[in-house]
Amino acid sequence: MPPKYHIHVGSVPNRFQSITRSGVIAWEEGCLKCARCVKKDCVYKVYEKRGIDSRQMLESLDSACMDCFRCVQNCPNKLIQKGLNPAYKALGDSYWTPEIISGLWYQSEAGRIPVSGGGYGGAFSGAGFDAMWTDMSEIVRPTRDGIHGREYISTTIDIGRKVMALQFDEAGALTITPPPLVEIPLPIIFDILPWSPPREGINLAFLKGARSLGTFAVIRQSDFIPAMEEYIPNIILYIDGNLSDLDKSIIKGLRMAEIPYSNEAINAQKALKEINPGLVVIIRMTLNPHASEDVFRLTAEGAEAIHLCADEFGLEKADAPLFIKERIKEIHLRLVERGVRDQITLIAGGGIAMAEHMAKQIICGADMLSVDIALLVAMECRVCRRCKAGIACPVELESVDPLWGSGRIRNLMAGWQNQLLEILGAMGIREVRRLRGEMGRAMFFEDLEKEIFADMGKRG
Amino acid sequence: MAHTPGIELFKLPKKRPVPGRFRNALGKYRVTVSNACTNCGLCLELCPYGVYKGGVKRPRVAQDHHCLGFSCSKNTFYCVNRCPEKAIQIKLNPSFEILGDRRWPPELLASTWHMAETGELPYQDLNYKTGNSGGGFDKIRFIFPKKKVHSVPESKISTAIELNRSGDSRPRITIPVPFYFGGMSFGSVSIVTMLSRVRAAAALKTFCCTGEGGYPEELIPYDNHIITQVATGLFGVKEETIKRVRIVEFKYAQGAKPGLGGHLLGDKVTPRVAKMREAVTGSALFSPFPFHSVYSVEDHKKHVDWIKEINTRALVSVKVSTPTDVDMVTVGSYFAGAHIVQLDGSYGGTGAAPDIAKKNIAMPIEYALPKVHKFLCQEGIRDKITIIASGGIRSAYDMAKALAMGADGVCLGTADLVALECIRCHHCESGRGCARGIATTDEELTNLMNLEWATQRIINMYLVWRRQLVSILKRLGMSSVTELTGRFDVIAHLDYIKQEDVEGELDL
Repeated sequence: MPPKYHIHVGSVPNRFQSITRSGVIAWEEGCLKCARCVKKDCVYKVYEKRGIDSRQMLESLDSACMDCFRCVQNCPNKLIQKGLNPAYKALGDSYWTPEIISGLWYQSEAGRIPVSGGGYGGAFSGAGFDAMWTDMSEIVRPTRDGIHGREYISTTIDIGRKVMALQFDEAGALTITPPPLVEIPLPIIFDILPWSPPREGINLAFLKGARSLGTFAVIRQSDFIPAMEEYIPNIILYIDGNLSDLDKSIIKGLRMAEIPYSNEAINAQKALKEINPGLVVIIRMTLNPHASEDVFRLTAEGAEAIHLCADEFGLEKADAPLFIKERIKEIHLRLVERGVRDQITLIAGGGIAMAEHMAKQIICGADMLSVDIALLVAMECRVCRRCKAGIACPVELESVDPLWGSGRIRNLMAGWQNQLLEILGAMGIREVRRLRGEMGRAMFFEDLEKEIFADMGKRG
Repeated sequence: MAHTPGIELFKLPKKRPVPGRFRNALGKYRVTVSNACTNCGLCLELCPYGVYKGGVKRPRVAQDHHCLGFSCSKNTFYCVNRCPEKAIQIKLNPSFEILGDRRWPPELLASTWHMAETGELPYQDLNYKTGNSGGGFDKIRFIFPKKKVHSVPESKISTAIELNRSGDSRPRITIPVPFYFGGMSFGSVSIVTMLSRVRAAAALKTFCCTGEGGYPEELIPYDNHIITQVATGLFGVKEETIKRVRIVEFKYAQGAKPGLGGHLLGDKVTPRVAKMREAVTGSALFSPFPFHSVYSVEDHKKHVDWIKEINTRALVSVKVSTPTDVDMVTVGSYFAGAHIVQLDGSYGGTGAAPDIAKKNIAMPIEYALPKVHKFLCQEGIRDKITIIASGGIRSAYDMAKALAMGADGVCLGTADLVALECIRCHHCESGRGCARGIATTDEELTNLMNLEWATQRIINMYLVWRRQLVSILKRLGMSSVTELTGRFDVIAHLDYIKQEDVEGELDL
């Protein structure tokens, strides 16, 4: 067995004041100057410790406050209140919610997974990924200890074309050359951002992070700069311009490349493989209503891997778009039906915002995911999208230090991997490859709601 | 089903007012009296709810959580209008909206506190029936008959259930209320919290589970009302404790973290906790998942037999979570010899757990219950086993809906903690534990709460729950709570039914 894959995490503090859900509002006027102020009685001493939180000397009161309300409830003149922070409510949008963003920040600081007491406090269900639950088993094989486990749960996947059977000649020698495969230890690659401030530093942080995790980052041909050469083994170069503009030595050094989908895609794949036969070529396709037919055709023509990209809200390109998990499900099932699913690697991306999305998307048929905005959020992005309009980034992402950024990304991915292990452990599944397409081990809102609730209230 | 004999003898404990522990209770409204006040005392006289107390310079707003709020303006005693100096202002309390969460919105918290404090239903405009989660119980409503049904006097309505329906030779155990209290281990909650729940259970003649953390000596006087738990870590499980009780519970999984083991942080492992669990002070304790001695239904039967052998009069309960095949799991437990199966839905629980597990793994109880009930009916064994629902039952209405959806009774936990003034900050696990002294073993924090106070708060709340249940049964024309089980025809889901589709009145 290979050594257990483990992501080493460390504390990588915020650069900017974090935005908390609520804030302490304390008035001075009317203060009775009690001999023993309730602020002194704070269990967590947040009033006494304020301002000395980290080396940045950020105001710590609101981020350290544990919301116990004891000061609010004990001040004799009711001078302390807690209020909802409007800046928190304004974070992100209806998809990239304040809860998701602050959860990503939390994980990126030290690689810890969000843990809390008191049961679940959220919505019963919701759109997209919130409309499904994953299975667990009361009694299964003893692989079940999740992140604290004694036994190994693998999150490794292979990218590339798989041969379904080997062929031999009469003398018993192999007559085919199995196509190249790239193995990565977690089912994630980093993708091109839909928007960002000038991204040189960001890309370097992605690459440094990808290297430390043993995975890859997709880099657009036009974004490739000489400083990235040391990262070539972890780059998936997206060749959307002229192949002739690229130095052949770069292509020869790559392990993976990506090309845009077109009718010529298979020929372009061949051309690249002529330069570097060991290259795994991924075809990047915008997710759309007829994707399953295109993916099937490409598979039949010899494609190795297809990267299916939804938009940043997880929607395909269409007038009435389907959510990524629904469309990938359809594509997966189409390939299963035609008996070719195992030959090809499907990478799904767009709207992957939480660890659970990763597990759920794999259950719905993807082999692995690409993530983008979540990594930017790891570096304190607030998903305000001002950069899209050319307005300065409030957290100065254009000047991000790649070392700091990669540390944050590594922490976040460690949190995601641990959470994936929890889900796999609860299901009693030993490796993430087995999770793919396991829709029988998931529960879907649309099935359950109708089955359980539709007949209620009917007489007899 | 016929009335359980002997149940009429049951005397309910008395309610008693038990105000909150903190100076300023958290209410929906904030009442202020400005400098313009001349201390004429009219507001004190007017307010029937005791919002004001006399003060030296001006009246003190002592209990604004009892204020009716803006809806009081139609009353002749509305202090804001009547104040000769116009010195009184009522505003929404800004701190109120950040309390709780979607499952336990501030109004549900405040109404639970009100019940625990007064033993009465809230009269303020607080929604005490549903939360704001947008699905499940929060979208299910009762359909009450419009026409006057054959009505049973409230005093004749039975809320008792039988826990041993198997017909075997073990004792029949009847509890006069269709609920008992779920396990919270010593270590996760303070001894005061634990004892208050046990004492409330004893007063209500029902049960409280120890959870997986041993059986503190303080519990021994209440042996007859205790369910002791055997869970995967086997912490604190002894032959002697198993012999002591009338019900033993196997915890295969829990809704707080389906498919995951338990984890008690090192900070909470005080010398006393360590001794009870036969572990080392200050070291984190992991309760593994699953039982490493059970990989089949046969193994499970071996477990059940083992307990039955050690304690020949005990009933065996099996607590499971809600996977896709929860119906098969229940049938398996029945054939292994369980008397009770507790289905613990994935949205509940009190213990610390990874957020990813709480939200995503296993299904909500609202799905699992009807699935199990219908399957057991098909198998012809529904009346041989007691189904207890738990995991996200927050109110008397949730309880009644769970019964209509196929449960015989429910198991509760979070609501007890809310009665003890839990505000659902979700920080039970960090640092010294709960800063409000509920889920902590820190000595100073534990002392924030007095045992008598806590016991009575829980009793008060459940007395109100029982009254609500009785009034629901009365409106449905039922004389026993056992008639409500599996009555899918008296409830409806708002996504599928509108008022015009039903004969009765949809309780919106």
